Amino acid sequence: MIRLEHLSKFYGSGQSAVAALQDVELHVPEGSITGVIGVSGAGKSTLIRCVNLLERPTSGKVWVDGQDLTCLDEQGLRKARHDIGMIFQHFNLLDSRTVYRNIAFPLELMGLDKAAIQQRITPLLELTGLTDKRDNYPSALSGGQKQRVAIARALASRPKVLLCDEATSALDPQTTTSILELLREINQELGLTILLITHEMEVVKSICDSVALISDGRLVETSRVGPFFTRPGTELGRAFLEDFLRIEPPRSLRERLESSAPDKPHPIVRLVFNDENVSSPLISQLAREFELDISILQARIEDIQGHTLGLMIAEFRGSPHQIQTALAHLESMQLTTEVLGYVE
Amino acid sequence: MSSSMMTLIGQATLQTLYMVLISGLISGVLGLALGLALYTTRPGRFLACPPAFLIISAIVNIGRSIPFIILMVAIVPFTRLIAGTSIGTNAAMVPLTIAAIPFVARLIEGALNEIPSGLIEAAQAMGASPWQIMTKVLIPEAKGGIITSFTITAVTLISYSAMAGAVGGGGLGDVGIRYGYNRFEPVIMLITVAILVIMVQGIQTLGDQLVKKASHK
Repeated sequence: MIRLEHLSKFYGSGQSAVAALQDVELHVPEGSITGVIGVSGAGKSTLIRCVNLLERPTSGKVWVDGQDLTCLDEQGLRKARHDIGMIFQHFNLLDSRTVYRNIAFPLELMGLDKAAIQQRITPLLELTGLTDKRDNYPSALSGGQKQRVAIARALASRPKVLLCDEATSALDPQTTTSILELLREINQELGLTILLITHEMEVVKSICDSVALISDGRLVETSRVGPFFTRPGTELGRAFLEDFLRIEPPRSLRERLESSAPDKPHPIVRLVFNDENVSSPLISQLAREFELDISILQARIEDIQGHTLGLMIAEFRGSPHQIQTALAHLESMQLTTEVLGYVE
Repeated sequence: MSSSMMTLIGQATLQTLYMVLISGLISGVLGLALGLALYTTRPGRFLACPPAFLIISAIVNIGRSIPFIILMVAIVPFTRLIAGTSIGTNAAMVPLTIAAIPFVARLIEGALNEIPSGLIEAAQAMGASPWQIMTKVLIPEAKGGIITSFTITAVTLISYSAMAGAVGGGGLGDVGIRYGYNRFEPVIMLITVAILVIMVQGIQTLGDQLVKKASHK
């Protein structure tokens, strides 16, 4: 539905040109929710603004619904934009218009008459739960309600694609959850393709099917959300995951960790469990079969769209040989193990 | 005070109102258009056109830097061309309008600058044309600021119109100078000043109320 080909964007020209995007390739299949995640300044905002050509790429092509937007003239582009909805971090509602008239705005731009506009807006008010707010002005709404209005407005023109530019970054956690649920619902009920950018793993975790990791204007990793959370393929992916899961040995232990020392025989191991093994009693099995003493330092279970991800940091005590065999056994059980270091 | 004096002051009041109203309306419309041009052609905006912006901006600055009394005299040939004469109320409206246009334009530009750029971006993302952005986003969103601009302009026009009186433009300024100042009649001077104060108060109050009504913040 959306395909970015060799997309590059430079600001300035010649020697002083700054690259915001470099050779970006991205495919967002019809009906999917794809998230682009990156730190601020990585280029994600430029990327999403290139999709509806709010930002014109320096080179490369932008295909939306089989049409190369970069080839269109002004009028063609305006028409194409009716098929691309967009919501923003700061909502961008018109303060001089009521909720109803904000939602009517894109329809007025398209030249629909009053009756047709009303016909379209009524179900949108219901979908977004704003029926009783229709005559309120944005100043009387909470952040979450404003974003709902923005979503209804973006949907009014019946777009095929919805672009979400940090849509939940200005909202509190509960409101974020309800907005994400609404987006998920829209995706499933209307079959709308969604491309979102975010710096929050929580957003990727709760609604995305696929995720693309952006760094310094380049996409460094593209993956389904499940594998991304269990085995990220890049250093940056791991850093994001780690930051999200916030699981690491306690500070007091970290200070004592040695990367390898023959006189410090006890490994600190991080275990990542997935669907297949998260519910098996592995720790007690290891203790019995390999005569190990295992002390669990930290553990956590995450539910990622029906997939379970378990994380644990544990200290293994026992004979070095038995520990090695135990770790090999865990690997054979499809667990991801990583020895973080050794302690006395 | 004689009844002929009262008639004179009454007529002068109407003349002042007439001058302010007509020159206010014309300069309001033209100033709004020029303000929109300044706003939209500024580099980085959606109709960015640096040469046009620089030219309009320079003209506006020149217009605003010429003292009104000098402008009035300087454009006498133009005034004659438009109004057919260079003295009287109708003639005074020409320099009043010319002086007010750049003034309004800068005020309007300032009001438009207050609009968050995200709103224009959102409208563009929805496929709005430049004209639609102007009529459906810029003007409605800046309505409060635009009304404030018009209020300030109307008040300024009242004081300018009094100056126009000095060179035969009619109106309250004319009466004040001829009777109050030259003939040293303090009562007439006080009355004309009092009427001018009431007019300014009235316009300011009306403007404030309209702004309040227009604002949904």
